Amino acid sequence: MTSLLVESPGLLTTVQDLGRSGFGARGISPSGAADPVALQLGNLLVGNALGAAALEMTLMGGNFIFSEPAAIALAGSDFGATLNAQALDSWRSYSVAAGEKLPIGTTRSGARCYLCVAGGLLVKPFLGSASTHLVSGLGGFAGRRLRKGDVLRIGMTQTKFVERTLSSTALRILQPRNAVLRVTDGPQCDLFSAETVRSFYDGEFRVTEESNRLGLRLAGLALKSTLQQEMITEGVTLGAIQITPSGQPIVLFVEQQTTGGYPKIANVIGADLFRIGQLRPRDNIHFQRVSFAQARAAWLELQQLLNSGDTLFA
Amino acid sequence: MRFRAASDSALLVYLGDEISLQVHRRVLALLQILQQERPGWLINLQPAYCSLLVTFDPLQIDHSEVEAAVRKFASHLPETRLPAARMVEIPVCYGGEFGPDLQEVAVLHGLPAQRIIELHSSRTYHAYFLGFAPGFAYLGDLADEIATPRLATPRKIVPARSVGIAGKQTAVYPFATPGGWRLIGRTPLRVFSPEREPMEMIAIGDEVRFRAISAEEFRALESP
Repeated sequence: MTSLLVESPGLLTTVQDLGRSGFGARGISPSGAADPVALQLGNLLVGNALGAAALEMTLMGGNFIFSEPAAIALAGSDFGATLNAQALDSWRSYSVAAGEKLPIGTTRSGARCYLCVAGGLLVKPFLGSASTHLVSGLGGFAGRRLRKGDVLRIGMTQTKFVERTLSSTALRILQPRNAVLRVTDGPQCDLFSAETVRSFYDGEFRVTEESNRLGLRLAGLALKSTLQQEMITEGVTLGAIQITPSGQPIVLFVEQQTTGGYPKIANVIGADLFRIGQLRPRDNIHFQRVSFAQARAAWLELQQLLNSGDTLFA
Repeated sequence: MRFRAASDSALLVYLGDEISLQVHRRVLALLQILQQERPGWLINLQPAYCSLLVTFDPLQIDHSEVEAAVRKFASHLPETRLPAARMVEIPVCYGGEFGPDLQEVAVLHGLPAQRIIELHSSRTYHAYFLGFAPGFAYLGDLADEIATPRLATPRKIVPARSVGIAGKQTAVYPFATPGGWRLIGRTPLRVFSPEREPMEMIAIGDEVRFRAISAEEFRALESP
């Protein structure tokens, strides 16, 4: 069986797939890839199912060695990977020889890069998903980030290696939108004055260093709600923008807590959630308000792109 | 019943505006109906004190259709029977290294530490919901005499299995996570374990009691 040896793990490397949904009543958030679009496209490039498990690397990649010949693709941000001293392109499949070293460097664009391998990574699923949930140490490879010396098993693959590159049309849809995240009204948007709401949409926010897979803490204008007393804790959604008593916005992310008691001014639309996964500390962003109909249309466009088969490839 | 869009794929259903067993029974009943019916568009259900967050597939259904469907399901609330609550007993070693905030809580309320322990361990709590982290159950209500505000500055790491109080709530931390609740003790038992079924020691709707134990008993009961 093919295996992947972790010679060095990089900054924060975990096994991720599309997460586990439907366990909210047990306090379990879905987890899953921070940029699920990159994960899915990377899987398609190596002939995997959309949701096969892959490695998610954060800001800096590691060095990996395969025990047998393997087909790989790097998806998401460009981490300057090389093979035989040749630079590898993102969004393209490559074959790697047994014992060949695959060094992956530091980001040249966004926060995350996915290493997808034909056959997918094999780990013991937790509640039907291979995703690592770091906070609780559940799922993924031993419930934790990868370490030097870890050996991961790779699934069997019947298909012969095909060199594939993502089409320019697909790449265009994935382009960053000048650091704009589209949002819809949050459930407590009426607890903010018209002036506060305006400054939220006009203002620029900086992603702070205290951001991770649980949530992104933003710095910028302090936003005060008109709330007189504490809210009763309620369920919270992925991409919810909650405003803490100090006025700081927090965007809830893939390993989010499932309930919370802060008012939510807005919520990032489903079609832009993957963009959050590419935000780095010190990136500046702003928010653009759209209707639910626009959010649905954007989601439909993204899903159609992911399911458009061979037209995805150049 | 009140509805509020939470995101482009989620609707908050409010079944009341207060923390009470009466409202919470309606939350449990609606949760049970939706878990049994499992409509094809349903992605996730997140119950809380007086609300149920319903996440759906936006390519199959929109907010107003989900609202109509939930209203229809909710018409069966009056005749919905909930199963008898399960009783869960949790041994706790109070104070000392396990409950670093017990003394401060005692001072805040002008009561001896022993009285805080008695008040905390002499009540039956209702598990309103699980949230925050896997297996973290929000239990209520604490006796008014020991209701205590959260720490001004949350701890970066709360040891796993710590028993905390905040406001009129109490809970056991399943994992070492950040947290702002005041820690008064620790249980020797695993609160959440993926090798066990059910994985969580406390489920929504359970009745929970705490039993004070000595440090010796803690060591005897301690699971890995």
